[in-house]
Amino acid sequence: MTELAKKRPEFRNINAFKDLPGYRWPLASLVSGMHRISGAIMFLLMPFIIWMFDKSLSSEISFAKFKLAFNVGMLGLPGFIWKLVALALIWAYLQHFIAGIRHLYMDVNHAVSKEFGKSSAAVTLALSLGLTLVLGAKLFGLY
Amino acid sequence: MSVNYGSKRIVVGAHYGLRDWLGQRITAALMALFTLIVLAQVLFTAGPIGYDKWAGIFASQWMKILTFCVIIALLYHVWVGMREIWMDYVKPVGLRLALNTFSLVWLVGCAGWAIQVLWRL
Repeated sequence: MTELAKKRPEFRNINAFKDLPGYRWPLASLVSGMHRISGAIMFLLMPFIIWMFDKSLSSEISFAKFKLAFNVGMLGLPGFIWKLVALALIWAYLQHFIAGIRHLYMDVNHAVSKEFGKSSAAVTLALSLGLTLVLGAKLFGLY
Repeated sequence: MSVNYGSKRIVVGAHYGLRDWLGQRITAALMALFTLIVLAQVLFTAGPIGYDKWAGIFASQWMKILTFCVIIALLYHVWVGMREIWMDYVKPVGLRLALNTFSLVWLVGCAGWAIQVLWRL
């Protein structure tokens, strides 16, 4: 009876606040975590993405409004804030896209070694951050 | 009840594991293809891209059909992804149900809006 009454260990899913900060983040798990974060960002900003799709495609006038939002501003926020939002989306898309290609590649090739996980994660991060910098510089008119 | 592994394994659950896994990859491949097609048309367009050139990319019938398929693929892909996030981090059943419901409404609303934009082009 005492053994039954003894509290048995309880295994729960990951708690974002209690467990995540204490984690070590090797590159492969960093890419995995970023896949979720970038996906969630795009999910939450989806109305903004479709707003851009709408304004840029619907007519010449709406296209001009689309450009104005980024060059001047919209809803009381200056243009560079909207450019930062766009940059966040650019990063999220690149990260999710490249990490997704990595996933597909691993599935097709059964490339599931520890070494490949690490090296491909490094390539993914370098590519996504590098391309984000290049496109971000273009977005803010640096070249 | 002797052998419970390999092909003799007793499968339990709602059987949506493989379907979600495979669906996630097929929709991802379709969206990646779409990205490359749009990107190629943007990159190979000479000169600055104004409204005409941008809207021209989505004007052809095959591109509209492809974009439509991509919107549906996105809807499914994001639903599977968000459900996974809520399943991992949100334990209380009521809250999880609310977030799942919110995700679905949010996604269906977004997909409807995107299709509306596409259809009047």
